[in-house]
Amino acid sequence: MKSNPKAVIAAAVLLLAGVLCPGTPSFAMDRLEAPETVTIDTLAHLYQPVQFSHKRHTQLTGCKDCHHHTTGQQDRDPNCMRCHAQSTEASKVGCKECHSKKQFYPEQLSDARSPRLYHIDKPGLKGAYHLNCVLCHEQMNGPTGCEGCHALTVKGKQFFRVNEKAAPAMTKSSHAN
Amino acid sequence: MKNLINRRGFLQGGLAGAAAATVSLARPSQGATFEGYPESLGVLVDLSRCVGCRSCEAACNQEQHLPAPEKPFNDFSVFDELEHGQKRRTDETRYTVVNRYEIPGREHPLFRKIQCNHCQEPACLTSCFVNAYTKTPEGAVIYNPDVCVGCRTCMIACPFYIPTFRYTSAFHPRIMKCVFCYDTRLAKGLPPACVEACPQEALTFGRRTDLLEVGRQRIRENAGAYVDHIYGEHEAGGTAWMYLSPAPFEQVGFDTSVPKEPILNFVKDFLSIVPMVLAIWPALFAGFHLLAKRKEKKEQQKTNEGEV
Repeated sequence: MKSNPKAVIAAAVLLLAGVLCPGTPSFAMDRLEAPETVTIDTLAHLYQPVQFSHKRHTQLTGCKDCHHHTTGQQDRDPNCMRCHAQSTEASKVGCKECHSKKQFYPEQLSDARSPRLYHIDKPGLKGAYHLNCVLCHEQMNGPTGCEGCHALTVKGKQFFRVNEKAAPAMTKSSHAN
Repeated sequence: MKNLINRRGFLQGGLAGAAAATVSLARPSQGATFEGYPESLGVLVDLSRCVGCRSCEAACNQEQHLPAPEKPFNDFSVFDELEHGQKRRTDETRYTVVNRYEIPGREHPLFRKIQCNHCQEPACLTSCFVNAYTKTPEGAVIYNPDVCVGCRTCMIACPFYIPTFRYTSAFHPRIMKCVFCYDTRLAKGLPPACVEACPQEALTFGRRTDLLEVGRQRIRENAGAYVDHIYGEHEAGGTAWMYLSPAPFEQVGFDTSVPKEPILNFVKDFLSIVPMVLAIWPALFAGFHLLAKRKEKKEQQKTNEGEV
């Protein structure tokens, strides 16, 4: 079978774009057109990037459960409906488009005092991932341990002091019950 | 004896005067309540979010250059450890500890992180007679080992049992406690290491006033999800670290009997009398003594005159 090399390259580019740019919107938001896998590596440092089986997750839950109102699905949370009842698809739907990678700076909370801003208690990117994923994994019996989704990197192993022996003077085994 | 006041009258007058002085001196101290630095920072801990991953413990260990733990930080068997029948506590090798609490009627356990709560009016600070502790305007309660004499009164004064002593070092014994990552982070406006490490954003860092707003909003918007109380808003006169909990606080290991005013208030009036006692009592009793002697002397003189 002979295939058009241009078509192969175009398909590869499209596939790569889908994998690398989770924020890239497809024009009609349909779960069938959702990217197969999304590599979540923005925060990877102590843990390896997550190979997120995006398509599989679309079969388990609705788009809005992660993307809120940005994919054109109506979020039924009455709190969100107050403003987003008529919201249509957003041009950018990736998590990091709204949830900041830089979290916990006092200015963030002060900015949130602005009466024009409603999303006062919006979590940062790391919090957004974990709060949403872990809660659902608990309910659906998905992996809930840290390394069930992402393995520790070498730096992570140092951070958690894996395979380290405590100095004998510091051990408290004599006190342990 | 016409010019001499009698002994009873003098004592009565003296005591009344002392009492009046006590009351008038004690009163101004009550007005001097400190409501905390206005821009001070804090952390709001949301127990409903914590999953017990111990990342905060690992981050603290790294940031504060603490010794390697007995078990790595991704070992969760530590939640079953009991020392003297108690759950894990802070010690010289760990400034913060996460403990697990099984709550009757709840499917999942709750986890509580403990560390120094950085009180607005710290009991450790007020108990320290060499001023080794400082409450910084940023909100941290820091400690200076250079002036500490090792009396460990702060360990007894703390209502949360947080400061610990480095007994293992014969040459550099000192108090070991969380300092809110003051020198490395807080002084630069950065969040402490534990907060940055938390994957669940169970720890929210910000100005204390803003955190109270966030806490109240979470209670209001998630009706029934939280106990309607922010632990630390008033406990011990207010703390920089505050807690939200979905279960009654006493079930998650909190001491709900901690008074709602600074520990200092219980001793403030007494302490304000101390300098007065030290200054007035010697003069007062020296006066009594001299008067008594004078009377004796006069009587002695009279008898002597009679004899002559």
